[in-house]
Amino acid sequence: MELTVGPNQFFWPAENWMSFYGDLAHASVDRIVLGELVCSKRLPFYQDRIPDAITRLVEAGKQVALTSLALVTLKRERKLTADLADLGVTVEINDLTALAHLPQNTAFDVGPLINVYNEGTLAWLVSRGARRICLPPELPIASVRVLAQAAASLGVAVEVWGHGRLPLAISGRCYHARLHGRSKDNCQFACENDPDGLDVLTGDGQPFMAMNGVQTLSDSYACTDHQIELLQSAGVSALRLSPQSQGFPRLCALYRQRLDGQLDRGDLEHALRAADPGIRLSDGFLTGESGAEWSGSACAPIEAAR
Amino acid sequence: MVMEIVCPAGTPAALRAAVKAGAHTVYCGFNDETNARNFPGLNFDRAEMRAGVAFAHDHGAKVLVAINTFPRAGSEAIWHRAVADAETCGADAVILADIGLLDYAACSHPGLRRHLSVQAAAANADVINFYAETFDVKRVVLPRVLSVPEIAAINAETEVETEVFVFGGLCVMAEGRCSLSSYATGLSPNMNGVCSPASHVEYQNDQGALNTRLGGYLIHRVERNQPAPYPTLCKGCFSAGEKTGHLFEDPVSLNAERLIPQLQKAGVTALKIEGRQRSKSYVAQVVRNFRAAVDALEAGRPLPEGMLARLSEGQAMTTGAYKKTWR
Repeated sequence: MELTVGPNQFFWPAENWMSFYGDLAHASVDRIVLGELVCSKRLPFYQDRIPDAITRLVEAGKQVALTSLALVTLKRERKLTADLADLGVTVEINDLTALAHLPQNTAFDVGPLINVYNEGTLAWLVSRGARRICLPPELPIASVRVLAQAAASLGVAVEVWGHGRLPLAISGRCYHARLHGRSKDNCQFACENDPDGLDVLTGDGQPFMAMNGVQTLSDSYACTDHQIELLQSAGVSALRLSPQSQGFPRLCALYRQRLDGQLDRGDLEHALRAADPGIRLSDGFLTGESGAEWSGSACAPIEAAR
Repeated sequence: MVMEIVCPAGTPAALRAAVKAGAHTVYCGFNDETNARNFPGLNFDRAEMRAGVAFAHDHGAKVLVAINTFPRAGSEAIWHRAVADAETCGADAVILADIGLLDYAACSHPGLRRHLSVQAAAANADVINFYAETFDVKRVVLPRVLSVPEIAAINAETEVETEVFVFGGLCVMAEGRCSLSSYATGLSPNMNGVCSPASHVEYQNDQGALNTRLGGYLIHRVERNQPAPYPTLCKGCFSAGEKTGHLFEDPVSLNAERLIPQLQKAGVTALKIEGRQRSKSYVAQVVRNFRAAVDALEAGRPLPEGMLARLSEGQAMTTGAYKKTWR
């Protein structure tokens, strides 16, 4: 299985953004999707760095793709979306608007925010030029299995959300701005203070979600340590790791070791907990009753291991 | 032309009540996971749908069949059959969200009119025109994240009819792209046709207060004797940073009746009322009110004074994103 780094979901200062992608040139990953997914207002702060980052990553032998925005409403956002293909790298669509703007017969990738729930949708996207499809994180393993088989028969790769806070919702309203009593147009970039999202707790203090501007994420970090063999047997060809501000190259290395068999099931979880004892993990969308569940070391033997 | 009132019907009785109250159009779904209001005891079996369509047509009203969840991998046949049966029942259009299902309907049932569900979250003219060119979609239900000027801008750039929500529940997240509910409960609008399902709600008395939980998460806590809002996730009370409150949205419902003239100027074809889970008397009252409003507008009379506040479960009303306060 390969490793793909998804687009950064958060708002980081341009220097941090650049050094993050500089480090990735040496990381044990195969593919990097970059660009702005969540909020078009963030883009001017680092947009001029994107071509340099692409060049460095390509020179280091990485495959590179550029994401579209997840929600396109304003004129300026439509223009940005229409211009995506101009940088000369593969476009990952995360809103169908991006596909509307791609010239016919252009190959493209499909991101996790496009609703690919079934074979009909997958086949239609492939007929339009999709070459790689990252499935929505919400899908259970039964659907992943069917879709990976359908994709294999059509000669395209299927990717699954491997690690990181789960993108649960996107809105026209900015919750960071609302929290600070500001409008979206006058947000003063409140989200910049939370480089991994702002924890949202229930009334009795239970961590539940994370706020990231117009996006709402899970509190927990999705982790596929206990699902790797199941995903391999389902025919999944890549895991997607979602950027976080701390320890990301090491996270990539741990997943690489886990995929290569240098770490056993549970070792990756153990390493993550050693680095951050308070980390909250989940893998429930794949095999649990609800997305927030975590199978952890106590879960039943996995069927793929048979 | 008078604006079209598109009214929900969760039962055959609600359909008849809506038609008699003056709905131009009724939307409903089959009693399975193919529609986004898949609640116990709601929706239509095939015979009821056929009879409902016949009743509506006899009274000059139309019926739209919502098949607007995302078909489950390996089980698409259930959704395909729903589209075929909607056509057989005489439906005037189907409301679809899934790309694969749109493609199936366009290829296999080309004579059946297609509307794009709000669950497709088509939020700009480029993508709306793309759906029209690709799947011959005739109408789009716009997401509830757009302001009136944004809706006007869309209508200036598309031939596709637009339908907007004017009353009832309010999603603050882009519809069809939200998995908050399945994160907490395992059941989602996209996959199961339910959000914040009642099966996962618990009420607990706790030292004189009432705690409302969804999937184990505390969503509301109110003093006893205070009304407890339904624990819809995005309208819960949470804390972040130094703040505690309704961080995403207050427990409000949408009422855009005062904006009807502006929506007409913005080029909107149809006004949609949310609530297939509502009673027939609720539906009839809301329809009468909105029908009176659009008829008054058409005749150049002032709009009747709002009378819908008491129908909103004692909750506050909002104009949602239509007024630009969200920006």
